[in-house]
Amino acid sequence: MELLTPGTGLIIWQLIVFVGLFFLLSKLAWKPIISSLKERETSIQEALSTAEKARLEMAQLKSDNEKLLKEAREERDVILRQAREASNRLKEDAQLDAKKSADKIIEEARAAINIEKQAALKEVRTQVALFSLEVAEKLMKKNLSDDKAQKELVESYVKEIKAN
Amino acid sequence: MSVSSSILRRISILSLLFVLLFSGAKAQEEPMPEFNDHESTDKKEFNASEVILHHVMDDHIWHLFDGHYGTIYLPVIVYSSEKGLDVFSSRNFYGEHHNVVEYNGYKLEHNHIYLADSNKAVFDLSITKNVAMLFINAALLVIVFLAVAKGYKKNKGKAPSGIQSFFEPIILFVRDEVVKPNIGHHYEKFFPYLLTLFFFILFGNLIGLLPGAGNLTGNIAVTLSLALLTFIITNVNGNKAYWSHIFWTPGVPLPLRLVILPVEIIGIFTKPISLTIRLFVAITAGHIVLLSLISLAFIFGSIWVGFGSSIIVLFISLIELLVAGIQAYVFTLFTSLYIGMAIADHDHH
Repeated sequence: MELLTPGTGLIIWQLIVFVGLFFLLSKLAWKPIISSLKERETSIQEALSTAEKARLEMAQLKSDNEKLLKEAREERDVILRQAREASNRLKEDAQLDAKKSADKIIEEARAAINIEKQAALKEVRTQVALFSLEVAEKLMKKNLSDDKAQKELVESYVKEIKAN
Repeated sequence: MSVSSSILRRISILSLLFVLLFSGAKAQEEPMPEFNDHESTDKKEFNASEVILHHVMDDHIWHLFDGHYGTIYLPVIVYSSEKGLDVFSSRNFYGEHHNVVEYNGYKLEHNHIYLADSNKAVFDLSITKNVAMLFINAALLVIVFLAVAKGYKKNKGKAPSGIQSFFEPIILFVRDEVVKPNIGHHYEKFFPYLLTLFFFILFGNLIGLLPGAGNLTGNIAVTLSLALLTFIITNVNGNKAYWSHIFWTPGVPLPLRLVILPVEIIGIFTKPISLTIRLFVAITAGHIVLLSLISLAFIFGSIWVGFGSSIIVLFISLIELLVAGIQAYVFTLFTSLYIGMAIADHDHH
């Protein structure tokens, strides 16, 4: 039964040593350990929340960027389309102008040719009339002498004209 | 062939180890009856229960092994109103042939010191084997946890290293699994006590398993002291709700309150008593089982029984390691639970 009866001396030693140990360890070990653990936990927590915030900001930035990029792309498309349209219009205009001026030139050329032709015809007609008058004059002069001689004369004049 | 021969070799090495282990145990255990039973004529007779009880109980000497230097004679500190305070070595109680003798008017009987003339028990504050174990345990705790605390200073803002990283998970386990869930928000006030308690019991249990060590945490005086501290802390910190629950349980009809009152008052005391007995029994029983198994070899006087029981002892020792942790955990858990109950707000009534 001695096993079950606590010894007074041991109880006193145990209480003294344990209470002393408690104060010693509390001051020298538990206090720094607990505070360091807490400090580290809060710093880890802060780091994690900061990282999470940064991650969200990054995502926000990325989506903003994508939005901007999309807008830029759309704007570019619009600009390109407008440019293409403008260039097409310019080309068409130029073609039209060119055709117009070409037609005008042709028209003018044709008119000029006609005027020249008319002038030439008029000249020919005048010349023919003059020739006819000359021939008639000479014929009339010759006719007075000889028929034959007149004929020869006409021929000689004609030759003369041809030679001219 | 080579595989089976290597297995055979291993088995033979293992068995050799066991034989050595068991012969070492023999050297350690056998002389004990000689000590207590110095008058017995047949010194070879083996009394298992005596050996075992001697081993698990406190003593004024620390017997480590046989021979002239195997025994440490611890200091005796006694006080009596007749003779005042006396300090002397326990060697004085042992004569030339290890027979117990009277010294300076004191006599030693069954580990108790009496005044030789009046047979009156003296107040014994001796550094017994368990007190020495207590000092060793306390010193070990101080050394270890100062080193751990130093680690926190050295590795400030860095990852833990060395002994610090070994104990940090245990400290965190005690905090997050034992103390916080049971005490709640105000756990920080009690955390240092609970840490000291947990590691004191854990280290005490573990060094108590070492060969030759005293059975510190399996001594009822030690467990009683620890339970007493828990009892004081619990009741000093008990709030109004705690005491009103005990003396005038709310929400219960009047006649029942009168029945509950004594039950609750008994309950205040059964808590520390259960703490005392649980730790004492768990650790002492473990030691008794181990020693009984070792004693089998001497009872049967056979090397083969020794071989067999040594194998069982090996596995029981592993279980004892587990028990060392579990009992430290359980004592801390129940202490936290009791403190938590004492400081909880019973708003729901």
